[in-house]
Amino acid sequence: MREVAIAGVAMTKFGISEDTCIEMFGQAATGALVKSDIEPKDIEALFLGNCLGDFEDGQAHMGAHIHTALGLPMAAPAFRFENACATATVAIRQAALMVGAGIYDVVLAGGTERVAAMDTPMATRTFAMASNSCYSAPTGITFPGVFAMAAHMYAGKYGMDISSLSEYMAHVSVKNHFHASMNPKAQFQKEISVEKVLESFMVADPLHFLDCCPFSDGASAVVIASKEKAVQMTDKPVYIIGTGQAAGGPVINNPDMTRIKPREVASAMAYKEAGVTPGDIDLCELHDCFTIAEILAIEGLGFYEFGKGYDAAKKGETRLGSDRTVINPSGGLKAKGHPIGATGAAQVTEIVEQLRGESKERQVEGARTGLVDTLGGEFGTVCNLILRSYA
Amino acid sequence: MKHQHLFKDYQQGLENGELIGVYCKKCKTFSFHSSLSCSKCGSMDLVGKVSEKSGTLETFTVIRVAAEGLTPPFIVALVRTDSGFHVMGNLEGIDPSSASMDLLGKQVKISSKKVTRDRYSQGVTHCLSFTLDQ
Repeated sequence: MREVAIAGVAMTKFGISEDTCIEMFGQAATGALVKSDIEPKDIEALFLGNCLGDFEDGQAHMGAHIHTALGLPMAAPAFRFENACATATVAIRQAALMVGAGIYDVVLAGGTERVAAMDTPMATRTFAMASNSCYSAPTGITFPGVFAMAAHMYAGKYGMDISSLSEYMAHVSVKNHFHASMNPKAQFQKEISVEKVLESFMVADPLHFLDCCPFSDGASAVVIASKEKAVQMTDKPVYIIGTGQAAGGPVINNPDMTRIKPREVASAMAYKEAGVTPGDIDLCELHDCFTIAEILAIEGLGFYEFGKGYDAAKKGETRLGSDRTVINPSGGLKAKGHPIGATGAAQVTEIVEQLRGESKERQVEGARTGLVDTLGGEFGTVCNLILRSYA
Repeated sequence: MKHQHLFKDYQQGLENGELIGVYCKKCKTFSFHSSLSCSKCGSMDLVGKVSEKSGTLETFTVIRVAAEGLTPPFIVALVRTDSGFHVMGNLEGIDPSSASMDLLGKQVKISSKKVTRDRYSQGVTHCLSFTLDQ
């Protein structure tokens, strides 16, 4: 595999949008092209992430429509990816693999999603479609419900009182809102308190409303190129030095919910390819769809031992300014927002800007190496990317 | 092609009051009904077999914000059957407001109920339900 780098990146402000999935991706994509100092005619393929456009905008086959709206060459194929919430990271990984293999030199990847166009019951229903429709969905399980079950299991396994785990989880939310308060692209740009989290209504016991990411609209796009091409587009290429992806299937087949095994497999793959260890990672954008999910992720990615990650946020170890790996400096899914098919590309955008030293007041000082972690479904897909500011 | 254990077979089993799993002829491990290979050894030499209808509750949640068409609150639980595979279902017979961590490790009986679901589903479906074995 040859060396692969990221040139321009861009994202829309996450939140509620009146624009369609196609229009939002157009804004992100043109932004990424301008920052790469190239034009649509220079793109050789489109790797587009989108989960639920069929329900959101009544729009299937979105890749081809976006392709033509952007004016990409007819010979540049357009692919649509769907891997639940890991969608855009999977699209970007496939793009990187194709460029690394020498099939293409310059491609466009990313994702778009307009979840808030659906009301909450319909959005909850369509999200639940990512659980097994025959064997899980008839129980009425929801995604907050899946992670709520993981939280109860975590407390039981490690002998914790559920009220103390709830407080530790609340600190994750508070930390991510603090980070998002400095992010002009975030859906929620204000700080919250532990008390506010614990006073918010219960969505799925023990997860409160403010333990949960919001429904969001947004898009994000990245230009991926061979090293030779990337250095012509930017003086700050960010290199994709390791990737991993693994699949797992429904919870009944992965019943220890405190250990998301596909993450352990995918991240081991990425660390090995990159030749780095968790201790080398300066910052990480990871899948905090719910506060317990961040705790499970910092353990599964090797930043903490299993059963030891619960108090990292409370102790400030994952907060901006910490000398350990800073977790979700963008505000994460929790506060930056979670337009599911776009999320992975926005995580990549944050890491790229951080590694270029462009993140202003939320800059992680001296950041050289960053990790992207995105999880889809009831633990069915995990995709990891390791990015570095030098080859 | 190997015999496939279809959803309709699983549903027919529940209609008859039986929970059907798949059983590995090689390593004698039960896997969940939809598995096409053994969850332990990977063999495709599986047969449908009636499972124990008892098990241990490993975790749960109370759903308070539900998908379109469902009325919360209700309890969803993960149970390890005494045959060794895991199933998801609804814990019934207790008030959701009284559900607590004390439920973890409790023995349950497994049965099923018919639920009518929306257009994006398999229609009327048997869904597993659990009751505490007291």
